[in-house]
Amino acid sequence: MTSNAVTGPNSNPHTNAKKRSARPSAFKLLARNQLALMGAVILVLVVLIVIITPILPLPDPDATDPAQRLLRPLADGHFLGTDHLGRDLLSRLIWGTRVSLAVGISASLVAALFGSAIGIVSGYFGGRTDNIMMRGIDMLMAFPYILLALAIVAALGPGLMNALYAIAVVNIPFFARNIRGVTVGIAHREFVDAAKLSGKGHVRIILTEILPNVMPVIVITISTTVGWMILETAGLSFLGLGAQPPQADLGSMLGEGRKLITTAMHLSAIPGAMIFVLVMSINLLGDGIRDVLDPRLKSGALARPAPLTRIDRTDEGAGTTYPDDTILAVDELRTEFVLGDDSYKAVGGVSFHVGKNECVGLVGESGSGKSVTALSLLGLVASPPGTIVGGRVMFDGKDVYGMSEDDVRDIRGGKAAYVFQDPLSTLHPLFSIGDQLVEAIRAHNAVSYKDAWAKAVELLGMVRIPNPQSRADNYPHQLSGGMRQRVGIAMALANEPRLIIADEPTTALDVTVQAQILKLMNNLRNDHGTSVLFITHDFGVVSEICDRVAVMYAGRIVEMGTTEQVLHHPAHPYTKRLIDCVPRLGEPDRRTSAIPGLPPAVNNLPAGCAFADRCDRVEDACRVGSIAFDDLGEGHGVRCIKPMEGADV
Amino acid sequence: MSDASHVSDVVLQTRDLVRTFGGGRTLFGGQKPTVYAVRGIDVAVRKGETLGIVGESGCGKSTLARMLVGLDRPTEGNITLTGSDMNDLIARDRHALSRRIQYVFQDPISSLNPRKLIRETLAAPLRYLRGLSGDALNQRMAELMDAVNLRPEFLDRYPHEFSGGQAQRVGIARALAAEPEIIVLDEPVSALDVSVQAQVLNLLADLKKKFGLTYVFISHDLSVVEAVSDRVAVMYFGRVVEQAKGRALFDKPQHPYTRLLLDSAPVPGKRGLTVEDASAELPDPLSPPPGCAFAPRCPRAQDDCVAKVPDAQYGLENHDAACFHPLNPVTSA
Ligand SMILES: Nc1ncnc2c1ncn2[C@@H]1O[C@H](COP(=O)(O)OP(=O)(O)OP(=O)(O)O)[C@@H](O)[C@H]1O
Ligand code: SF4
Ligand code: SF4
Ligand SMILES: [Mg+2]
Repeated sequence: MTSNAVTGPNSNPHTNAKKRSARPSAFKLLARNQLALMGAVILVLVVLIVIITPILPLPDPDATDPAQRLLRPLADGHFLGTDHLGRDLLSRLIWGTRVSLAVGISASLVAALFGSAIGIVSGYFGGRTDNIMMRGIDMLMAFPYILLALAIVAALGPGLMNALYAIAVVNIPFFARNIRGVTVGIAHREFVDAAKLSGKGHVRIILTEILPNVMPVIVITISTTVGWMILETAGLSFLGLGAQPPQADLGSMLGEGRKLITTAMHLSAIPGAMIFVLVMSINLLGDGIRDVLDPRLKSGALARPAPLTRIDRTDEGAGTTYPDDTILAVDELRTEFVLGDDSYKAVGGVSFHVGKNECVGLVGESGSGKSVTALSLLGLVASPPGTIVGGRVMFDGKDVYGMSEDDVRDIRGGKAAYVFQDPLSTLHPLFSIGDQLVEAIRAHNAVSYKDAWAKAVELLGMVRIPNPQSRADNYPHQLSGGMRQRVGIAMALANEPRLIIADEPTTALDVTVQAQILKLMNNLRNDHGTSVLFITHDFGVVSEICDRVAVMYAGRIVEMGTTEQVLHHPAHPYTKRLIDCVPRLGEPDRRTSAIPGLPPAVNNLPAGCAFADRCDRVEDACRVGSIAFDDLGEGHGVRCIKPMEGADV
Repeated sequence: MSDASHVSDVVLQTRDLVRTFGGGRTLFGGQKPTVYAVRGIDVAVRKGETLGIVGESGCGKSTLARMLVGLDRPTEGNITLTGSDMNDLIARDRHALSRRIQYVFQDPISSLNPRKLIRETLAAPLRYLRGLSGDALNQRMAELMDAVNLRPEFLDRYPHEFSGGQAQRVGIARALAAEPEIIVLDEPVSALDVSVQAQVLNLLADLKKKFGLTYVFISHDLSVVEAVSDRVAVMYFGRVVEQAKGRALFDKPQHPYTRLLLDSAPVPGKRGLTVEDASAELPDPLSPPPGCAFAPRCPRAQDDCVAKVPDAQYGLENHDAACFHPLNPVTSA
């Protein structure tokens, strides 16, 4: 049993690759973003200067000298000139930046502290607590933002500290709402319940379970608001409500300069430029931080995938010939995903065919490449990162990868239709199911809305939705899971397809509903001569509906044959063990033996047989070269050098 | 087992357990809709046994499970843990409760905090429930990892670096850390791949033997429940509709719903499921039907079925179903 504790590659290379490389290099990512880097450099420079301000050889910023008033920049002894009281502008600028930066940052931190605390408490406890706290926040938000700040300063009296409080208070609701939203999502996750059962109290859960998960959002919010807060502080000072004379801050300097803007423009231009540079650099850096911590929000990240999977083939299949009545022939199909420096061979050479009116099953564990195979058939794999790198798919005698984009789109939903595990992913929540069916029909046929509607109702009846006339007006959320899946099938049937590609259509359903859907698909096959490619991980479902079945492992088919052959006389050790490891209804005492270990990651496949590390029949020859797919006769084939003969299950 | 011992070895028992959600009044005094999740459940669990609870989505399995471990409180009825009332236990000492009964979650990955090392997750129950620290804590963690067949170096990993089966073993280790008598397993293998399911089921069986555990095993999968359970209860729409010892329920189901479940489960190597009529409507949890909730789908329903709620006497040894016209009726209890 200890062999189960595989340290080896994770079965999901996806997360593995992403996290492994992302974790240590957050800074690298940030550095790669040139704008953010520029912002960071400027900001660091400014911060360094304001930190060492007291030891810089600057004249006293408040020392007046009327004799020297209103000197232009580059004047003797006053690099940036002097103001109307003859004070040194460079010194005032640096001291003023120091004040503005300190106030802006403190205000953000205060707002973040109180806002996040309110948001977390409110989101975590929910119910009454949430209600009361959020109503309070709503009240704060009901006042126009800057008016509220003015009102607070007016009440407290002008002054820099009071301006800080005012800016902090008006920004609290922003933090509170943001953080509450995130907390609600986290507080209902199972790990919070688990922490409760581990003996942690509310305070501990908030501090050690919730906070670490909310922290990135807090950081993002701070980094994107601190710039605005500096601007707002400057605004209050500009109005004379913040820094009081003679103290300098950027806003008050701007305010004083404004009065002399026609005679001495540099008095306002210089602090203005400083504000611009400061806020700009902070915002650029803030955006960079956000992109690293939450890549989804990055501008331009919502790129639309190509309509057709990228095809870049090194070969076009082995040229295998198939029987005449074949509707779908797949010949050495290979699909890869390139993520970073790794390439994942999700589908590594898959060949099979589906005959007219035939139902072929594709069975395998999670990550074995079933879905990617199905999606590759009509170029539905997202590119990037997916690419079809080899092989050929013939649909109804035509080479799919040689067709134009329009031709492929015409087949999708027309002669070949998909049914997915989650019907909600294919149904639009805001349109009635009748309208969606009409749309599907009219996309491929030039018929009137009325005729299409009649056809839609007929389709709903065909998939045995009770009361189809009135149900056609329903929206997806008004239907049960089983009914939605029937609508999904109705959708697939809309244009009398020759082939239905069903990817785990019943996995999310209850057994009683699953039985109905399976029967429905069987009937359709009998009544309309439709062919089906049925993807599942359940051998029981295979027995119920499939004529032939292919077993996939690590991106390749390891065994293929009639359902009877594969289920009752499996030749591949993996097939046999996969059948053995599920408990079977009515045979509670049958030994269910686990398969030790995990499948190999498809970016790191071993030489030879991919199952070798878990196989109890393994020998040295299994680990060299590639294992050929051997014909056992009568349509039964296996990819194993030591197939089991006549194993009875 | 002799009759006398039955009374004493019941460790967990529920009486008329009801849980509703929603309800109350709206801002304008209207009545808010009430969802009936659990509508009166009596089950008893005996020391050392596995009670299997099977039912379809939405029948109230998880609500029941959460009440059993104290994550949720019943609206009506009560739960007793070896004779003491659950509400009292929670009020007096929540930790004491968590030391006696633990929970394994359905989704192994989301039951682990993504930002914490497994070490921190596993240390929590040892520290707060068992008061361990320092070397004792570390040693115990190593023992637990060993018990669930995970290498000790896995302690210093994050959840996303685990496969589903490995993560579920961490979840089991966390439950074991509290050294509970009872573990409630809510669909512990449903999210796992079939080849990994068997690994986890075998592990659970080994642990049960080794530590003398009592399991409440909840699943929608009949074949899994059949394989692991000493006693099985079938739930439908918030109630237990049939309960029996051992295989009786699978061999001679009495309730038409149990029959339907058994007939609907595909079995490898067999073809020909019996399928109920597609027009069968599921009951609406916002307005439970009067009488038997299964009546609208039941091929045996008669007039009396919609007039009154069928009742049943569930004991530790007998086989009974809440049905007026059961299949395979048994004369003696
Ligand atoms: N968009 C993608 N980008 C990168 N890798 C992907 C992507 N989609 C799938 N993969 C990888 O391709 C491999 C095969 O995945 P696939 O979804 O075909 O498996 P499956 O057999 O359908 O599994 P399941 O039973 O879980 O649906 C996996 O290793 C998976 O991580
Ligand atoms: S080729 Fe060898 S290792 Fe692979 S399945 Fe066959 S016997 Fe096992
Ligand atoms: S009580 Fe009546 S409706 Fe309910 S299950 Fe029994 S026979 Fe069917
Ligand atoms: Mg899939």
